[in-house]
Amino acid sequence: MPFGYVSPAQAMRDKAEYARQGIARGRSCVTLEYDGGILLMAPNPSSALHKISEIYDRIAFAAVGRYPEYENLRKAGITYADITGYQFDRHDVTARSLANYYAQNLGTIFTENLKPFEVEIVVAEVGDRPDGDQIYRISFDGSVTDEPGFVAFGGQADQVSAALKERYSADMSLTDAFGAALAALSTSGNGERNEIAANQLEVAILDRTRDHRAFRRIRAARLEELIRDSRPDSKTDQNTSPETPPSDASSGSAPVGDDGPSPPA
Amino acid sequence: MGSYFDGSQPGPFAGGQAGPGQMRDWASGWPVSFMDRQTSSFADFVASYSPDLLPGRGPGASVAPAAPAAPVTPAPAGGGPALRDLPHATTIVAATCHQGVVLAGDRRATAGSMIAKRDVEKVFRSDEFSAIAYSGTGSAGIEVVRLFQVELEHYEKMEGRPLSLEGKANRLAWMVRGNLAAAMQGFVVVPLFVGYDEEIGQGRIFSYDPLGGPYDEQRFHSIGSGSVFARGALKKLYADDMPVRDAVLACVQALYDAADDDSATGGPDLTRRIFPVVATVTADGFSKLSESESAQYAEQVVQERLSSPDGPAAPLHAAS
Repeated sequence: MPFGYVSPAQAMRDKAEYARQGIARGRSCVTLEYDGGILLMAPNPSSALHKISEIYDRIAFAAVGRYPEYENLRKAGITYADITGYQFDRHDVTARSLANYYAQNLGTIFTENLKPFEVEIVVAEVGDRPDGDQIYRISFDGSVTDEPGFVAFGGQADQVSAALKERYSADMSLTDAFGAALAALSTSGNGERNEIAANQLEVAILDRTRDHRAFRRIRAARLEELIRDSRPDSKTDQNTSPETPPSDASSGSAPVGDDGPSPPA
Repeated sequence: MGSYFDGSQPGPFAGGQAGPGQMRDWASGWPVSFMDRQTSSFADFVASYSPDLLPGRGPGASVAPAAPAAPVTPAPAGGGPALRDLPHATTIVAATCHQGVVLAGDRRATAGSMIAKRDVEKVFRSDEFSAIAYSGTGSAGIEVVRLFQVELEHYEKMEGRPLSLEGKANRLAWMVRGNLAAAMQGFVVVPLFVGYDEEIGQGRIFSYDPLGGPYDEQRFHSIGSGSVFARGALKKLYADDMPVRDAVLACVQALYDAADDDSATGGPDLTRRIFPVVATVTADGFSKLSESESAQYAEQVVQERLSSPDGPAAPLHAAS
């Protein structure tokens, strides 16, 4: 319990600082739109414990921070979506209402709990057409932001976001979007590029064209293929969208280590 | 039935005192907790969150209709005069085949002596490797199917893996049991559940009675008012490990025979192009025959019946 008197303003600031530090300790996660839907990517050494998950037919969830906390939120979100879809209809479940639900929940937790949740989550929904795609970011205090196009959150979010902004353009192909996301996540502070191996990556897409459930994980052979195809040096003639190559050639350094307060390896 | 399923008692996972991180529904005063889920079962959750959403229950009905104190006796068929006219009755057939299983159902719903609906869909995809069909009261059946579909998907999303085929069959038995109070008032729902068991590489059939189940069925099975006729037909037409196409044809023949003798089962309607719904579940997953594919089978059967109205004859002496 707090020792002596702490002003409510100070207590809030302390909580916010605590949560921000917790989130900054881990790795970043990126979400971006491409021509066929939405791509979500995060470094994750574990193949069993996920940061990116399916919530509903066309809605995905991605989180950074403390695993038990965002895992709880993930399950609550799935419950909320399934109950709404069951009570009304599957088409009545939207990312917007889910984002508001998370905002309410996280806001209450931030205010009432002794320790806030050290999480930042993104809820993404793929539309029938590109202009129907939505990405919402909900932070630890319950504030919701609409993030059109792309978002990087958690870890060194500013750096990754800047790197992503350089490479992102609307209506990219999956390969190009993949390359942009991977490059942004691989960029470390001093501009070097640290390679992330396929088994250290968690990747999923919301595929607009799929029936019923749009969410699909990209793993194993398909993931290796995408990593290969998205390298700047393996560009084929069909690849027309501009892509800034990384500043150095790959140094072949070992993949960046573990994840801080995220899923144990 | 004083179980937590009927909402008369709080269950083990019922929303209790609101703890940290739980939302409070200030309007009604009780905690609305989607957080800290103990179970990955959607139906369990609904039972504690809002039991009136469960099949066979109405809004505001948090207590089951008063069960008779005497030993259970079935309600008079169809309940009172108004309730008797709810659409029901049908024939559903299922047959295992080479590396899979076929599930087919007719399209008719009757209310008393009237045909209530000509194009009812009674066969549904429950998930990628299973299918479900129901007999009994139409609206109650649809609710059970819907809840079951959400239950399977919910579990898969929560846990990151689908239920085993037996797990799915058991969950369905639990739901059928939960409908018992309504069944005793005449709104019976009896499903037929089939799935492709990836572990053994075979199709499987599970049947139920109004109290639950499941019963593991071998080879083929049929439920509904026309099931006695369908089963008799399949007895003569079925062969072990038939190719899928043959199993489909056998099922369509069996449905035709059921419609021939049961007024509550509908045969193929060539004028309106309404044909039996046929689904297959194999290693490639669930697949429902398109209208034109189903039409092909139905038209073939009808064409043959023009010369042999009772269908293919079975040899009197088994081949030695």
